[in-house]
Amino acid sequence: MAKDNKSQWDGFSLKPRREMPEGLWVKCPGCEKTIYKKKAVENRDVCPECDYHFRIGAADRIRYLADEGSFEQIHTEMVSADPLDFHFRGTTYKDRAAAAETRAAGKEAILVGKAFIKGRGVSLAVMDFNYLGGSMGAVVGEKLCAAIDKAIEEKLPLIVVSASGGARMHEGVVSLGQMAKTSAALARLDDAGGLFISILTDPTTGGVTASFAMLGDVIIAEPKALIGFAGPRTILETIKVELPEGFQRAEFLLEHGFVDMIVHRKDMRSEIARLIDYTC
Amino acid sequence: MTEDTNDNTNTNCNYLSFEDGIADIDRQIAELSSLSQKEGTDNSSKIRKLQRAQVAEFKRIYSSLSPWQTVQVSRHPQRPLFGDYLNLMVKDFRQLHGDRTFGDDPAMVCGLGHIGREKVMIIGQNKGRETKEKIKCNFGCPNPEGYRKALSKMKLAEKFNIPIVTLIDTPGAYPGIGAEERGQAQAIAVNLMEMSRLKVPVICIVIGEGGSGGALGIGVGDRFAILEFAYYSVISPEGCAAILWRDGSKAPEAAEALKLTSSELQRLGLADAIIPEPLGGAHRNIHDTVYSVEQYIIKSLRQLKRTKLENLLDTRYKKLRAIGTAATKLSEAGVAAERIKASAENFIKKGKAAETKPATTKI
Ligand SMILES: [Zn+2]
Repeated sequence: MAKDNKSQWDGFSLKPRREMPEGLWVKCPGCEKTIYKKKAVENRDVCPECDYHFRIGAADRIRYLADEGSFEQIHTEMVSADPLDFHFRGTTYKDRAAAAETRAAGKEAILVGKAFIKGRGVSLAVMDFNYLGGSMGAVVGEKLCAAIDKAIEEKLPLIVVSASGGARMHEGVVSLGQMAKTSAALARLDDAGGLFISILTDPTTGGVTASFAMLGDVIIAEPKALIGFAGPRTILETIKVELPEGFQRAEFLLEHGFVDMIVHRKDMRSEIARLIDYTC
Repeated sequence: MTEDTNDNTNTNCNYLSFEDGIADIDRQIAELSSLSQKEGTDNSSKIRKLQRAQVAEFKRIYSSLSPWQTVQVSRHPQRPLFGDYLNLMVKDFRQLHGDRTFGDDPAMVCGLGHIGREKVMIIGQNKGRETKEKIKCNFGCPNPEGYRKALSKMKLAEKFNIPIVTLIDTPGAYPGIGAEERGQAQAIAVNLMEMSRLKVPVICIVIGEGGSGGALGIGVGDRFAILEFAYYSVISPEGCAAILWRDGSKAPEAAEALKLTSSELQRLGLADAIIPEPLGGAHRNIHDTVYSVEQYIIKSLRQLKRTKLENLLDTRYKKLRAIGTAATKLSEAGVAAERIKASAENFIKKGKAAETKPATTKI
């Protein structure tokens, strides 16, 4: 485990990645240089010095990915009915969800709809880590399935951008079931000959990785994104040995054959457009 | 079960923390029988009375187990494991080891066999009974090669039109460095997708622990059943407590919150059936437990084999797609918007404001 990450960001840290903080100047967690925020924002929330990809919410993601104003969102008002009536030592799911809504781009951890990317129509689903860590509950499953249906019905490529800690604990087995549900819907898309491009961003772990995120015809990852089944902490606690450098980063997955390409955020649009052109 | 077998198995059973009453009666029975041996007195009527009291005590305890107590029963060291089901239920078992890619995972066991008169491909997680075996099987936590082996054997079954039975008993898929290197997430994901479209009947039964994605990785099918005191959960109660409270010892409360018992599972529409366990849990009468599971499999196979393939796949798909649909709703703003839209449409259509109907969440 690299302890000094002073000069060059090696991508490995148990510390979670952050969004860009407020202020004119920000200190890049990657290279630790102070950068002019406007420059980084213009660079799609990527450090101009070291290519550290800041975490971004679903709204920014769509802005960077889709043609301007082309995203037609569906199911914006779908929310969870709290199937377990979840409460644990004074914390309730309802409270957590209400608090999450103030931070997130929408009313749930995924935004779905039709969009255009460089003029190509797509069915687009973007997860929002700002809503309860992008966790997958019934609404995420249902909305993603709606996006998959749209891809099948309108013969559109399906683009899913994942950013998630995994299944949503507060919905118990209902959230676990979403893994099976979304995978079954993707089997239908596959049978129909549709294209599914899965984009993995920091972080993509747990039940999301172990279902739709790993089922792409083409799987693209952002540089140094944390991608895995079990979180690094869980693994550390289970096996109690140091994790290898770069473990569970996008480059690690590429090396082990589980990701097709690593694409810089600024190139993502053109890369998707090219892939679409190959398949239709 | 008869009081006879009850007596036999109890003597070599570990009592759970909430079974003090049971243990106490067992102690009294043991004292009385040794007394009658030593002194030649007849205590049989006293013993019978105690046995009746014990049955009542069993019923009292097991009719209202808390979720955490259920988890403890499901993890009982003597609970029947996959191997017991193989021995008692599957005839002429031909184990198939090869995953064809990396190596044999002892935590996942697959093979052909007969259940009743039916040919089946039987697949399950093996936890191991003795310490050495447990370590070898990773305590029932499969690695990616285990999931890939399972899928390759399911494909084999599909090719020869043999139904598939999976018995689930795992705390979860193994979280290790090698597991990540070899794509644990991808292995499970592919199983979920492929199992949803296998062209043969698939029956899945949770016999002990149904731990998260590791359980689901062989748990997609036409029937999903769970033993009465097994559990099925998105995360272990310990893990949930550690995340929400940074304290794994709050697991009993987490078990409560997670609604992980068989009855909750059925209420949430995720289980097709609950297979009842003998008095005092599966470990107190392994034969009865296995028999109940066998009967469920035979009955379900009979139903599923009668179903046309097209209907089988369609029903399976619809069932999977319905998971959690009832757990979604429209937000308050959404309900209001729907109402306005509906009345506006009615106004245009009929030229008058219609009564407002509550909006549905159907999509
Ligand atoms: Zn930097």
